[in-house]
Amino acid sequence: MVKKRGIFGRIYILIICLLMYAPLFLLVVCSFNASKQRSIWGGFTLHWYTDMFRDEEVIRAVTTSLTLTTAAALTAAVIGTLVSLGMTTMKRRSKALVTITSNIPLLNADIVTGISIMLLFAHFLSLGYTSVYIAHVTLGLPYVILNVSPRIMGMDKNIYEAALDLGAGPLYAFRKVVLPEIFPGIAAGFFYAFTISMDDFVVTYFSKGPGMNTISTMLYQQLRRGINPEMYALSTLLFLAIILLLGIANRVSMSGKEVTGT
Amino acid sequence: MKRSYLSGPYLVWAAAFILLPLAMVIYYGCTDESGHFTLANIAAMKDWVHYRAFTSSLILAFLATLICLLIAYPLAWFLSQHFRNSSSFVVMLFILPMWINFLLRVLALQVILSKSGMLNALLRFLGFPALRLMYTKAAILIGMVYDYIPFMILPIYNALTKIDESVVEAAMDLGADKKTVFRRIIFPLSLPGVISGIIMVFIPNISEFAVADILGGSKILLFGNVIEQEFNVSSNWNLGSGLSVVLMLFVFASMAIMNRKDSKEEGGGVPLW
Repeated sequence: MVKKRGIFGRIYILIICLLMYAPLFLLVVCSFNASKQRSIWGGFTLHWYTDMFRDEEVIRAVTTSLTLTTAAALTAAVIGTLVSLGMTTMKRRSKALVTITSNIPLLNADIVTGISIMLLFAHFLSLGYTSVYIAHVTLGLPYVILNVSPRIMGMDKNIYEAALDLGAGPLYAFRKVVLPEIFPGIAAGFFYAFTISMDDFVVTYFSKGPGMNTISTMLYQQLRRGINPEMYALSTLLFLAIILLLGIANRVSMSGKEVTGT
Repeated sequence: MKRSYLSGPYLVWAAAFILLPLAMVIYYGCTDESGHFTLANIAAMKDWVHYRAFTSSLILAFLATLICLLIAYPLAWFLSQHFRNSSSFVVMLFILPMWINFLLRVLALQVILSKSGMLNALLRFLGFPALRLMYTKAAILIGMVYDYIPFMILPIYNALTKIDESVVEAAMDLGADKKTVFRRIIFPLSLPGVISGIIMVFIPNISEFAVADILGGSKILLFGNVIEQEFNVSSNWNLGSGLSVVLMLFVFASMAIMNRKDSKEEGGGVPLW
């Protein structure tokens, strides 16, 4: 009886897993399919890959995404870590203010966040790379704070003070004592901010000006226009990149894991 | 102390790029084109088009959440039974799609659902008539479920693996049968996870517009599409902002209700998801 139930559970897991991965698998298959028609196999080809690497639009979108995401995640990591450190000496009220403001972009509908940034920039400045960058930092900040501040709270403050007593300057003590302690949190926060920014479509769509594209907004345009098989090739490569990245992150930030809770 | 200076950059950032932009949405939403105060943009919710789009969004988001829950709960349960270690390969398999670009997942679905897609090829092969799934509400629903189900699986799985086994054993020792244990112990203890899952599936789906656009075609308008079109097609920023304010209020209200429930159940245990 017990054994039977175990089998049923495993079959259920397997079925859902297959349903989740079948579409992605077919996407990968399509990227090697010489026929433009999706349901006909026209032989194996790497044609779409070579085309993709020669397509300037794709290359530009990928470079934009990578530089933008890295810059935004780094900024979010720095600002988020600083405020997490600052929060330790804050009064309850100001602490609540930080938590509430940082939760707004997290909880609000993405479309409203995107529109709000768009209105700000279209009204006072102009839309473009900067507005997308700012929107992405804003999206990443709560994840950094959520990952870093529990680490700081959980730290033994005496160690820092001991370092000061032993003659270390505040900066030196921070670098040698505090930073190693909270670094896994910062790394996890950076990783979250990076992936959230990489994955984001809606906020980017509204906060970008005309003429610029990230991977997401380019995919959207292509999807509406009717698909170019190069996109299958791009998707396959992205898919591989994510598996690699997750594998690395899993190894590196094992220690930061219980904090993120996901 | 000196350390409070460290919060400076964040506070400036939050004021300039979180609070001020929201104030802009409210400002645009409550004024007309010449900048005079009006509530017409919010009252526009009464228009049939807007009202219908809003209810369609609500119904689809609700159905998507329900289906996700019905599929994900048993799955999370079985996962928690067989794979308790959250870094095991099988569990990772269900987390991985969360990190895959969501348009990429929509693209994958399009490959399957479209008229000349895999599903119809399979049906034809088996001798069934082809289905017209693309550009229907069913396609949108499938898209929503497919895109968001990992966000339902994970919090429920986390909640289930956190349950102290000795509590379950204690209940069994005291003579509870399996059904009672589930109903009185396991399910209530997994509720925070369920609520996080509901929030993470329902909230993004009410404002969904990309999935509806791609899988539903231009004929089916959801609330997100209506707002998007006010900005990008009709260039009526005031109306678009007014509708955004309504959406925002709705989101925060439903969040407040669910968090209340959450904290009643479990002392406000789940911070995020």
